[in-house]
Amino acid sequence: MVQYSASLDLSFAALSDATRRGIIDHLARADASITSLAQKFQMTLTGMKKHIAVLERAGLVISEKVGRVRTCKLGPSGLEAEAKWIEAHRRLFDARFDALDELILEMKQEEEDGSASE
Amino acid sequence: MDQQANSGAVAHNRTAVERKSERELVVTRIFDAPPSMVFRAWSEAELFRRWWMPRSVAGVSLLSCDMDVRTGGKYRLEFGMGGDTMAFYGKYLDVVPNERIVWTNDEGEEGAVTTVTFEARDGKTLLTFHELYPSKEALDEAMTGSAAGLPEQLDQLEEMLSNRE
Repeated sequence: MVQYSASLDLSFAALSDATRRGIIDHLARADASITSLAQKFQMTLTGMKKHIAVLERAGLVISEKVGRVRTCKLGPSGLEAEAKWIEAHRRLFDARFDALDELILEMKQEEEDGSASE
Repeated sequence: MDQQANSGAVAHNRTAVERKSERELVVTRIFDAPPSMVFRAWSEAELFRRWWMPRSVAGVSLLSCDMDVRTGGKYRLEFGMGGDTMAFYGKYLDVVPNERIVWTNDEGEEGAVTTVTFEARDGKTLLTFHELYPSKEALDEAMTGSAAGLPEQLDQLEEMLSNRE
């Protein structure tokens, strides 16, 4: 079977759960405390802490305790999502526009050939 | 410094992509041809299909391309991807020859409105491809739905991982 690296396994396993994908999606919009996440996803504090622990191990989320409140935000892997999307989009358009450049060269050549024969 | 900046601007024909606001995505590039020629490559199906889905984009091919590029006209593109067919369609809201093309993306519920403008710049064309989504959430969704790979790709991986166990 296909071999995966352990760290890749960790993030994929972390995101194989619909609630955890929901948490990532939520944190992509705004940081949130564990308490508010628990309310949002209608689960116990303990349940939410477990989900956050899985996401933290995968580097997708980081949390920080200030006073009595533990605030969660996207970790390095999560933050990269938008940058990756932009880069994928840039590559697609770059490939398209390189092809368009080639077509334009041909069109110019045809135009020149056309005016030369007139 | 100035010289460098100038030559950079002239030589600039690379593709730039920017998330301009919560709801907007903008792609720009300069083409070495007048707007009339670049516009033709965008508005004639025979020409358009030769570059919109280049071979270097692995695994996706353009199967058919119907476009009636005038205000009120419609388009439909069909792509083949690993045995599946995907259709993209919509209508042209505004077409001004050699200046701009505006179209809707009607295949999804919260599709963007795309505006392409062609501006003359010293015999060249500054092309701007602009997508305006109906909401911040719609653009976020488009982003997390694709390269961020959250839903779709992870579902596939989930499947592979569960098969492995």
